[in-house]
Amino acid sequence: MVTSLAFRLTKRFGAKIVLDDLALEVRGREFVTFLGPSGCGKSTALNLLAGLLPPTAGEIRLDGVRIDGLPPERRGFGMVFQNYALFPHLTVGANVAFGLAVRGLAKAELAPRVRRMLELVRLAGLEDRYPGQLSGGQQQRVAIARALAVEPRLLLLDEPLSNLDAKLRLEMRGEIKRLHAELGLTSIYVTHDQTEALSLSDRIVVLRDGRVVQAGPPAEIHDRPRTLFVADFMGYRNAFPVTVSSAEGDTVVGHARDVTLRGLGVVALAPGTAAVAVVRPEDVEVAPEPAGANVVRGTVRFTEYLGREHGVEVVLGTGQTLMARLPRPVTVGSALALRLPPERVVILPAEDGAR
Amino acid sequence: MRLAVLLLPSVAYLLVMFVFPFAYGVLLSLAPGARGLSLANYLAFFLDPWQARTIWVTASIAVPNTVVTVLLALIVAYSMRRGIRGERTITAALVLPIALGTVLVAEGINGFYGPKGWLNQALVGLGVPELPRLTHNYTGVMIALFVQHFPFCFLMLLGYISGIDPALEASARVLGAGAWAVFRRVMWPLIAPGVAIAGALVFVMNFGVFPSAVLVGQPAGATRTIAIAAYQQAFEHSDMSMASAIAVVMGGCQLAGLALILVLRRRMAGTGVATMGAGKR
Repeated sequence: MVTSLAFRLTKRFGAKIVLDDLALEVRGREFVTFLGPSGCGKSTALNLLAGLLPPTAGEIRLDGVRIDGLPPERRGFGMVFQNYALFPHLTVGANVAFGLAVRGLAKAELAPRVRRMLELVRLAGLEDRYPGQLSGGQQQRVAIARALAVEPRLLLLDEPLSNLDAKLRLEMRGEIKRLHAELGLTSIYVTHDQTEALSLSDRIVVLRDGRVVQAGPPAEIHDRPRTLFVADFMGYRNAFPVTVSSAEGDTVVGHARDVTLRGLGVVALAPGTAAVAVVRPEDVEVAPEPAGANVVRGTVRFTEYLGREHGVEVVLGTGQTLMARLPRPVTVGSALALRLPPERVVILPAEDGAR
Repeated sequence: MRLAVLLLPSVAYLLVMFVFPFAYGVLLSLAPGARGLSLANYLAFFLDPWQARTIWVTASIAVPNTVVTVLLALIVAYSMRRGIRGERTITAALVLPIALGTVLVAEGINGFYGPKGWLNQALVGLGVPELPRLTHNYTGVMIALFVQHFPFCFLMLLGYISGIDPALEASARVLGAGAWAVFRRVMWPLIAPGVAIAGALVFVMNFGVFPSAVLVGQPAGATRTIAIAAYQQAFEHSDMSMASAIAVVMGGCQLAGLALILVLRRRMAGTGVATMGAGKR
């Protein structure tokens, strides 16, 4: 059982810095997710940990022992790939047995372990099928069973759900969470999907251009983003440039030309500095009164029916647009007053080129 | 009916360009002296040691050359599977012999490996007493065939190997397989169909060797291949019927070689589903 994984890694391809001194400590049984857009270095980090790519600088310690010099086959990790990477010429059983077979386990010992692994991923009885005869979801289950069969010290998952359709993705997300807890695994998961990251992780590490922009438990990343980049990634789609009028503790008040917005200050902001107030469309509500604190007014430009709610795009007096999700339909062209609940607004320092 | 009309051009093409000449050749070989059908030509070929041994001569060139060419091409292509620096330059240099054609390559080989070629001049300069004889014999033909067919085989295998998802190798490594286990358990079963096809094509081309056997070989003796025998019958003895018989024997040998390669390939691959190779992922 692994009790700690600590690494500090830099990777350059020529002049391009892909990972810039990415440092992290992972505890045993922890589920850590690298979250970020494509090109942020998250998959590279995973490949460095697996030993599939050499780091330009840095080290990896597993329970205090340096392992960055070991080739991938001697690290004892498990890895699940986005495209499953099952061996097409081997049966499901032989795929799952692969790691054990190359370790020299006797044939007689293989069969029961393969059966147990397939039971674990709910694919018992499919030993003799070939990967090409399975659905995408089944293939990914086989890939997971194959990685788990070697009892990996660390499980690495590289966007394992992104090739699956929405329903299967949800189902497999639950499976991964169950297996991680049931088997006491230590897992590192790479994704660009915030929902996956939020639902699976003990800790989310948001990466951008090879650097950590924020790391913390899912609720913290979700509710208290520290940069506009993280806020945008976490679904804060509405942003209003404001000037900070006052900041007391957690509460920050910012004003724009014709509105004053009160919100949550996650980062220290001095009065007078340029800031941005952000809020999720889901948190915007119809104002009970046409004027008041954190209320903005505008004209409905566009609506879309989303089933449980109505997506609305409102043009404010300032010309800015505001997205909202409202429980009741509104008519295009009508005037609307919307309230941005202060406990749901986050006020962040403005940064250049962040959005 | 409509379908039949649409098929007509391609059927006509096949008939005129392939079926007719082939059938004509086979018939011609069975009709010496234009009086009824007989196997006289074939009997004459197999009973004349000077003619019959061309099968052995050709095979002793074609088989080892195919093995060496495929093996070296496999090693080089496998080690280049993840791309290397200067790959395009190497590829371009390798395509050149194909583009230049057999005769020019043979001339080049004479110029370089010949008795007064650059290689021997260099060896004289180095004071080597016994100069190797590399052209106008078996070795010359082997070199010429290798130079022509290695690039072809290499490019074919490189395309095949680099078409295999790199994630397969990565996952095998992470699962504990070292370089050899990766090759033996994952890559080889996926590459084998490509190797079989490349091997079959190189063998057929080798077995039909003609210009090289004449230009850098010893066409009257050690490298008198079956193609030379057929040529001599056709254009020196003006016996088209006998020449056709020899050509049919040559085709039969090539088919036998292909069948052998395919049987070997099936043996190595084990079960039937494995033949799906790299295609199905």
